[in-house]
Amino acid sequence: MAYSGFRLIREALTGHKGWKPAWRDPEPQAHYDVVVVGGGGHGLATAHYLAKNFGKTRIAVLEKGWIGGGNVGRNTTIIRSNYLLPGNEPFYELSLQLWEGLEQDLNYNAMVSQRGIMNLFHTDAQRDAFRRRGNSMILHGSDAELLDREGVKREAPFLNFDNARFPIKGALMHRRGGTVRHDAVAWGYARSADRYGVDIIQNCEVTGFKIENGKIRGVETSRGTIGAEKVGVAVAGSSGKVMSYAGLRLPIESHVLQAFVSEGLKPMIPGVITFGAGHFYVSQSDKGGLVFGGDIDGYNTYAQRGNLPVVEDVCEGGMAIMPMIGRTRLLRMWGGIMDMSMDGSPIIDRTPIEGLYFNGGWCYGGFKATPASGLTFAHLLATGGPHATAEALRFDRFEKGLMIDEKGAGAQPNLH
Amino acid sequence: MIIPHPLLGPRDAQEFVYLGDASLLDRPDWQHPEAGSAYYEYLYLRDNPAGVHRELWFHEQGDRSWLVVTRDTTTHEILSAELASQVALSKEPVR
Ligand SMILES: Cc1cc2nc3c(=O)[nH]c(=O)nc-3n(C[C@H](O)[C@H](O)[C@H](O)COP(=O)(O)OP(=O)(O)OC[C@H]3O[C@@H](n4cnc5c(N)ncnc54)[C@H](O)[C@@H]3O)c2cc1C
Repeated sequence: MAYSGFRLIREALTGHKGWKPAWRDPEPQAHYDVVVVGGGGHGLATAHYLAKNFGKTRIAVLEKGWIGGGNVGRNTTIIRSNYLLPGNEPFYELSLQLWEGLEQDLNYNAMVSQRGIMNLFHTDAQRDAFRRRGNSMILHGSDAELLDREGVKREAPFLNFDNARFPIKGALMHRRGGTVRHDAVAWGYARSADRYGVDIIQNCEVTGFKIENGKIRGVETSRGTIGAEKVGVAVAGSSGKVMSYAGLRLPIESHVLQAFVSEGLKPMIPGVITFGAGHFYVSQSDKGGLVFGGDIDGYNTYAQRGNLPVVEDVCEGGMAIMPMIGRTRLLRMWGGIMDMSMDGSPIIDRTPIEGLYFNGGWCYGGFKATPASGLTFAHLLATGGPHATAEALRFDRFEKGLMIDEKGAGAQPNLH
Repeated sequence: MIIPHPLLGPRDAQEFVYLGDASLLDRPDWQHPEAGSAYYEYLYLRDNPAGVHRELWFHEQGDRSWLVVTRDTTTHEILSAELASQVALSKEPVR
């Protein structure tokens, strides 16, 4: 059933009795051509593009819980194409372009809102670094604008410009960046994949791989063995655990990132704003809640909850740039498990096991990557070779010294 | 999280800086012919287990000792804490 304004009016006039479930709830079959492990944004997008762009049929997405219950439903919904390095920026620019046409592609309202992102800077050195980043973005076909203090004031007069320690000197503005309703991304891709015949199988945890003579034959699951020609793993924070079933160690650690939503307030924050001296970023949802977050907690964990010191740290960052939020009450906070890679950049690659492919290491920036990740992973699964924009996102870059290290900070799983 | 420091008693984890898997104590021999691949594994690859994990914490805001903390990564329960210097001297492979 295609969604449209006409359909909505018809349903409104007939008591909304004609809506059908947006996807089926099929039983797993014995064998598929491609099995995608993980029904998050990336897994569902992969299935969508496999079916739509590569004409693949007989695809299953296996999800241990319910789709959208992982990071795709836990993130702070920011999309952007404001990276610096050649291995990354073309990929995120492709992703942003896919976001721009996503709702038409999926026939689903994902509330893509290009409300702009302002990265504040507080020192001259930071201004220079942001100018360089902005130039790199423009050279890669993205958009960037360096705002001075007055320019920032016009956008967000409520900021604390004269903080004694971190005065605001300007910002790098990325106008095409913004937010997307995260749940709708999972649901939109799921519905579209389902309409192409993909089986989305929930409550089906992968517990092992069937490997014969170095070649993948299928997966063991909580709902029995499922055969497959090819298996693509896209389980985000669970990457280390799931790939250990195939005997692989990854350049990844699992960490928790927390996020917060305040009570609903009148519209006041125009886009996304990030603090350049502490780790704090904020946007305002269409319901009025301030959606904000900061740093990872910083220790290995698979528990989807964090601890209080980071809560304090994030709120201190918020108070430093916008003291007006001091009386706001927090409504909810939660954590998601991040697959922190050793250079802060993702991996979309083959593994030493024939037919087993891996997508992960998204750190805390994987939501914006969802469309490009799905498209390039589908390309890899369908053709066996990397998509042109994902060629640098390979496993062996660590061994070869070809890290994509946006921060220039070396081997550390706590970058971004 | 509260870390039971072997010398100082229970201390708030906030006083510590986290480094990572305690296998980082087992620095490979740089003169070994296979040192290149050994260092690649040492620097970049991790077991990253869901469950019991032995890991290095530095008591930066305290006595500046390094500890090996054994902790469950699925519950955050801390099972034990030892001085890293003693773990290293005991020469048992940590992983
Ligand atoms: C608090 C927070 C804020 C964030 N903010 C942003 C942001 O503003 N912008 C941005 O770009 N990114 C952000 N991210 C990162 C982004 O959400 C993730 O990088 C991205 O969602 C990961 O890909 P995914 O959607 O496929 O993951 P998930 O939705 O986590 O999907 C993985 C799925 O795999 C399933 N799975 C795991 N193990 C198994 C198994 N054995 N068998 C079957 N299924 C399994 C899980 O249940 C899960 O549903 C944020 C993350 C968090 C936690």
